[in-house]
Amino acid sequence: MSDWKMERREKRMSQWDTIKKVCRYIKHYMFLAVLSLLCAFVSVVTTLYLPLLTGDAVDVMIDRGRVNFADLKDILLQMGIMIAVTGISGWLMNVINNRITFLVVRDIRKDAFHKIQKLPIKYLDAHPVGDVVSRMIADVDQFADGLLMGFTQAFTGVLTILLTLAFMFRKNVWITLVVVFVTPLSLFVAAFIAKKTHSMFQKQSETRGQQTDLIDEMVGSQQVVQAYGYEDKALKRFDDINERLEKYSLRATFFSSLTNPCTRFVNNLVYAGVGITGALFAIQGRLSVGDLSCFLSYANQYTKPFNELSSVITELQNALACAGRVFELIEEEEEVDAEGASFARGSLCDSDGAGFGEGEVPSKGEASCKMRRLEDIQGSVRIQDVDFSYVAEKPLIQGLNLQVRPGQRVAIVGPTGCGKTTIINLLMRFYDVNRGAIYIDGTDIRKVSRENLRSQYGMVLQETWLKDGTILENILFGREDATREDAIQAAKLSHAHSFIKRMPDGYDTVVQENGENLSAGQRQLLCIARVFLCRPSILILDEATSSIDTRTEMKIQSAFQKLMEGRTSFIVAHRLSTIQNADVILVMKDGQIIEQGDHQELLANGGFYRELYMSQFVSE
Amino acid sequence: MKKLLIYLRDYKKECILGPLFKLLESLFDLTVPLVTAAMIDRGIGGRDGGQILRYGGLLILLAIIGLACSVVAQYYAAKAAVGFAAKLRHALFSHIESLSFGDIDQIGTSTLITRMTSDINQMQSGVNMALRLFLRSPFIVFGAMIMAFFIDVKAALIFTVAIPGLALVVFGIMGISMPLYRKTQGLLDQVLSTTRENLTGVRVIRAFHREREEEQEYREENNMLARAQLFVGRISALTNPVTYVMVNGALVALLWTSGLRIQVGSLTQGQTIALINYLSQILVELIKLANTIVLTNKSLACAGRIQGILEVNPAFSIQMPGELGGMSDCADGNFERKGKEDLEEKEISLQDEEEHSGGKGSIGEAGNLRGQAIFEDAALCYAGAKEPSVEGVRLVAEPGQTIGIIGGTGSGKSSLVHLIPRFYDVSQGRVLVDGVDVRQQDLHALRQKIGIVMQKAVLFRGTIRENLLWGNEDATEEDLREALEISQSMEFVEKKEKGMESHVAQGGRNLSGGQRQRLTIARALVRKPEILIFDDSTSALDYATDAKLRAGLRKLDYHPTIFMVSQRTSSIRHADQILVLEDGKVIAMGRHEELVEKCQVYREIHEFQFQKEGKEGA
Repeated sequence: MSDWKMERREKRMSQWDTIKKVCRYIKHYMFLAVLSLLCAFVSVVTTLYLPLLTGDAVDVMIDRGRVNFADLKDILLQMGIMIAVTGISGWLMNVINNRITFLVVRDIRKDAFHKIQKLPIKYLDAHPVGDVVSRMIADVDQFADGLLMGFTQAFTGVLTILLTLAFMFRKNVWITLVVVFVTPLSLFVAAFIAKKTHSMFQKQSETRGQQTDLIDEMVGSQQVVQAYGYEDKALKRFDDINERLEKYSLRATFFSSLTNPCTRFVNNLVYAGVGITGALFAIQGRLSVGDLSCFLSYANQYTKPFNELSSVITELQNALACAGRVFELIEEEEEVDAEGASFARGSLCDSDGAGFGEGEVPSKGEASCKMRRLEDIQGSVRIQDVDFSYVAEKPLIQGLNLQVRPGQRVAIVGPTGCGKTTIINLLMRFYDVNRGAIYIDGTDIRKVSRENLRSQYGMVLQETWLKDGTILENILFGREDATREDAIQAAKLSHAHSFIKRMPDGYDTVVQENGENLSAGQRQLLCIARVFLCRPSILILDEATSSIDTRTEMKIQSAFQKLMEGRTSFIVAHRLSTIQNADVILVMKDGQIIEQGDHQELLANGGFYRELYMSQFVSE
Repeated sequence: MKKLLIYLRDYKKECILGPLFKLLESLFDLTVPLVTAAMIDRGIGGRDGGQILRYGGLLILLAIIGLACSVVAQYYAAKAAVGFAAKLRHALFSHIESLSFGDIDQIGTSTLITRMTSDINQMQSGVNMALRLFLRSPFIVFGAMIMAFFIDVKAALIFTVAIPGLALVVFGIMGISMPLYRKTQGLLDQVLSTTRENLTGVRVIRAFHREREEEQEYREENNMLARAQLFVGRISALTNPVTYVMVNGALVALLWTSGLRIQVGSLTQGQTIALINYLSQILVELIKLANTIVLTNKSLACAGRIQGILEVNPAFSIQMPGELGGMSDCADGNFERKGKEDLEEKEISLQDEEEHSGGKGSIGEAGNLRGQAIFEDAALCYAGAKEPSVEGVRLVAEPGQTIGIIGGTGSGKSSLVHLIPRFYDVSQGRVLVDGVDVRQQDLHALRQKIGIVMQKAVLFRGTIRENLLWGNEDATEEDLREALEISQSMEFVEKKEKGMESHVAQGGRNLSGGQRQRLTIARALVRKPEILIFDDSTSALDYATDAKLRAGLRKLDYHPTIFMVSQRTSSIRHADQILVLEDGKVIAMGRHEELVEKCQVYREIHEFQFQKEGKEGA
């Protein structure tokens, strides 16, 4: 029991926390927020004043020949002014609230995106893309809706209730009491229905989830389904779930749709109650007919905010939960470089050393932060006693040592999951080593900024990521100050030119989302062109040619040979043909380097490599 | 939408009774102000407490009857809507199941899934809303006006001005803001896709340290979105204040007119209050109607999209020999004939079943042609493509032969083998399996003879055993073990705690790429097919495993005809015939040794992969 209480308290605490954080964002728009509250106040007061005036108007037209036109004119004039004021303040409030909401949302999205660029790869690897995207898009939107609703309705709702009570009590205590006591009934009814339907909705969404899963699986793999003639069975499974869904859905839809009729029923009861008591008072002359009409419309207005408030509260709670998830992302710990401005750019991928115009700047940084800077490096790499694992309980790499001389070509082979790609993660500092160190030109890579480090590398990965944009833009991704001619040159070197030429708009063809207008091989060629453009000191190829057919690969290999000349390079490959010309081949297994040497040596050794290699030719 | 309405057919009763009870409810709603007026005029005016209580009781009675009607209406509406959605879902799913690969390629899987889920859900709530509100709201609006006319014609004239005015404002603002909302939705999609792009490409972006540029780009998109939202927000923010001013303007006019009418004695105080009441009901209902229209519009858009899918005709049907000629698409008007054919086909297959479970008997030589595949000048041109992906293929694969197919990416290897199980229809020539054109065979029976291992290794949620049984439901334990053995899966399946009962996550995510691939091979083997197709499906296997697999295949006692698509010459060098494809054309055909000698392209590939030591090793 106490656990449960604790949990509740914690939940409330974290809600408070989230509210405080939201307020911090709203603070920038403090003036607008105050103005909005002011407008809300004015519009509520004038709105509530109107029924009073209407009542007065009814009271000055009692019967045939007993209409006081002078007073009526006066009252109607006042009403006109009230209406105008309400209209204007209501519109202002809406506009201001829109402004606050959308600007806050913009700010939150901006911060969240900024965070994405700063988060350690570790976080991003561990969190599915869909999850992060839904936090940034769907959650933020939901939050915006809640905020907007909360602003407009929560405040005005509470105000309306309080002011209505005040106005009514001034007129007649007894009728007011009828209203006050009967109205909450509709709240109870709404809450009761919501509670009862909750489990039905849960069942509905559970079944919906199951159905979506099945659809996802069957439609997503339609080819296999058809190839194996599974259609009928799939349909049967689908119908099973579909029937259940129909049942649950009917219950959930029907019972939840009772809310409106039921609250309307209660409202009608209130209306009748006010009518009866009001009329009885009127007979005794303690209430005028106008007052009664005023009460009738108050009774209507009084219940509305109650009904709205209950939905506003769920909406707000929902919004807070969403905001909480977004803030969780925004507050995630950033990757620290120990350097003040990690965005201070060095010149990109410049191995010639010519472009280091900012050469003097880093010395300042060095003095203040003890950061070093890699300039014009030779390309020697030393991996010393490195331990690393993604998950603490599962050691992956242990005591890894490797010395690479400048200009050497290092190939890494081994079965899947042996840690090939991990080495690249460590070299690029996508992850940091747990123990030991990696040195480039004798400098511990943790002593330089990640940006400076990464600008020494050129990388081609197996997963061919391309940006939304033209082919040219994608190649220029490698070096933004390059010209169109440079890009075409790079494309020629990487043998991408010939297929780009044949695209509808050549270099200005837009790469479609997921690159659907390009084949896997073509995408890979573009990624290679990107690296050709930036001419890095150290080259990293992680299964860079896996999707390219052998004949094209042959051509690219020769281009790579040229590119790699004088550059240290790391090549992870599946096809052994890709790596035979390497200076050093590392054979990895279970996070260890089990063999090391060049192709001939390893073959002569007769170890694991030979086994791998010979298996290409085994026939029987 | 019209075509989708047939799924409401079984709910005619609900579709009529739902709105009907809703109308009844609103009728009672409309009488409330009249009762109130009577209560005031007769009760208060006549100082008659009994009258007041009687009218008050009537009000409560009306409330109760209204509630009852409304509950009945909600039930029928919910029942019709939910039942409609369930029927539609079933129809759509079974339709999607029948679509050809070409159709699915064109439509896209994610689109299909959206249609099945959120689009249908949207339609369900659209139908529900429409049944409940489409009649009620206009009924109340016009009902209120008519009631006003009954009370006093002059005062009611104000209603005839106010209603069109309000409708104009509500629908006008909606009409202006709807396209703007669509635009903001487009901008939001852009923001979403940039976010996704930055997450999936995080390594590349960081490697080229383009974080700042990406952020800049995002910031611009984000600002644009905010600006668009503000703009449309400013317009839709007008709705409430403007309608408020209009309704209450009408109220002022109404009060003035009432004053004049009361003065001459043709209106009472109570009736004035009733008129005020009607006026306020109109606004509420108009806004409800506007919302219903928005929702219905959305549902109609969904309906259009769903119908679009339902209208895609399954491209495959069984054809008469006479029809085959050069034309490949089944012309639409032929349903009657096809139906007859199906019947004939069934009869034939019944007769055949006793003879032989495999081949179709129209030629009668099923026995010795079992597993034969013939390409006669076959070509395949995908929908919308300018050039055929593969053309002019002539090949006779005799039963038990192994056919190797090699070529660069996009050379048409997969397209070629996809013609055998009739995943696509030829655009020219024909493909025969067991001596019969594939288009003349029962699709299900044809595919039953073929085991295909796709490039992408797909497994389904369930156990390993369940996945294997896809190949053949009636497979024995022995069959399964043999398939695992030959596909080289046994070693890792045995290592699992639960062996074949181990759980497979959706898509096989809890297995490595190589393991998945081996299991998909096992699945095809369980079927003991006449024709076994490997569509570049050994790429995730290392050379040693690949070699063991091929050795195992050779030992199969049912001697399937094997089509082996590969990029490695090592995988196909022992094939009986090897096809070398380039740009969709067969540029050479023969055995390994012949090709090394005669075909330059093949030699290059081979030598590049094998290099010097290769020849010695072989």
